[in-house]
Amino acid sequence: MIPSGFEYHRPENVSSAVEILKKHGDDARVIAGGHSLVPLMKLRMAEMAHLVDLQEIAELRRISFNRDNVVIGAMTTQAEIVSNGQLSSLIPILRETALLISDPQVRNMGTMGGNVAHGDPGNDMPAVMQCLDAGYTLSGPDGTRTVKARDFYESAYFTVRSDDEILTGITIPMPVMSGYAYEKQKRKIGDYAIAAAAVLIGDGKASVAFTNLSDTPVWSASASRALASGSIEQCVDCAMDAIEPQSDIRGPAEFKKHVAKVVLRRAIHKAMERTK
Amino acid sequence: MSKMHVKLNLNGREVEDLAEPRTLLIHFLRENLNVTGPHIGCETSHCGACTVDMNGKSVKSCTIFVAQSNGADVTTVEGLANPDGSPGVLQEMFREHHGLQCGFCTPGMITRAHRFLQECPNPTEEEVRFGMAGNLCRCTGYQNIVKAVMAAADQINSQKEAVT
Repeated sequence: MIPSGFEYHRPENVSSAVEILKKHGDDARVIAGGHSLVPLMKLRMAEMAHLVDLQEIAELRRISFNRDNVVIGAMTTQAEIVSNGQLSSLIPILRETALLISDPQVRNMGTMGGNVAHGDPGNDMPAVMQCLDAGYTLSGPDGTRTVKARDFYESAYFTVRSDDEILTGITIPMPVMSGYAYEKQKRKIGDYAIAAAAVLIGDGKASVAFTNLSDTPVWSASASRALASGSIEQCVDCAMDAIEPQSDIRGPAEFKKHVAKVVLRRAIHKAMERTK
Repeated sequence: MSKMHVKLNLNGREVEDLAEPRTLLIHFLRENLNVTGPHIGCETSHCGACTVDMNGKSVKSCTIFVAQSNGADVTTVEGLANPDGSPGVLQEMFREHHGLQCGFCTPGMITRAHRFLQECPNPTEEEVRFGMAGNLCRCTGYQNIVKAVMAAADQINSQKEAVT
């Protein structure tokens, strides 16, 4: 399993990284923790002449806590999400989700930025970010822009990020609804979800999103509204209309719809119990 | 593709060699440096046989390019023996509790357990199972691995108490 060759870059700030991307166009790609990209490169499903490693860029490792939001640097690892006490008390759904991602070694390398930018519908954080109504900051040659997680995903592995842009951070608006749950059904540790649901409830509001039940993460406005108005059954019905699972090694589409209902109901009940 | 100079601090010793950036860390360790403790099991970041310690964290060296690890501190199972070369506490406890049969997963298991016990010095059985979840064993059924790690935790803690 030897990937094709590349020239390796390790820039020390975002602007030099963007410069390299601009120079080489789609011959270049950034690597964060690499635990999605390296396997694809080993299978030669991804090849590039230039690999731009972001590990040396200190500004991407910061988590900043502000009055109106929390900003998570793209290079924050899943292990750092798990161990950050302040973050876990403010936005506990992040820790709950990170603990369900793969295994300890992978969480030490896997990053928040990589997880949300890669566009794999099996990744867990995108649905959670849609549930939280987070925004992604993209830095490119023409400056910086913010795209909502709910507008970011186009289809599997395709997002609105352009080739010369780097996803540098995730902004989560505060406060977050107090009732939360991320329920994930998987075959074994390390696997992607058969189906997973993210639910937030509180102060007469609700938000509902799903992982691996379509070719993108799915946030459902109608399911969220139904749950906010207190109708769990209507929420489940709306959610079933919003998802489009495909049959694959994790089971037939009908099975996944069944599992989606199960994880959604579990997440709703857990989130309601946790509402302060 | 041209080769690059790769430097590591490997088991407390500075090492250096030339390698293509695309070389995986596990291949660099085994083939360039002849450090064959870490094993190649699945080569898809599932089994954990290639687990090494990089900058104080357990990682799977089959899913890291050597270029990414350039400049890092790396510990393999070779670095976990006692200074006189006798087996370290974890190695001894794996032997004592039959924490291995064929032994293929053992270097990864021990390297992961070494770091895990620093992250979680007084683990419950459940914590051991969750903390070791990135390492697969197809022989033992895990029972004796868990026992070995729990026993090593006890030993390490009682040694610490004896010192203080």
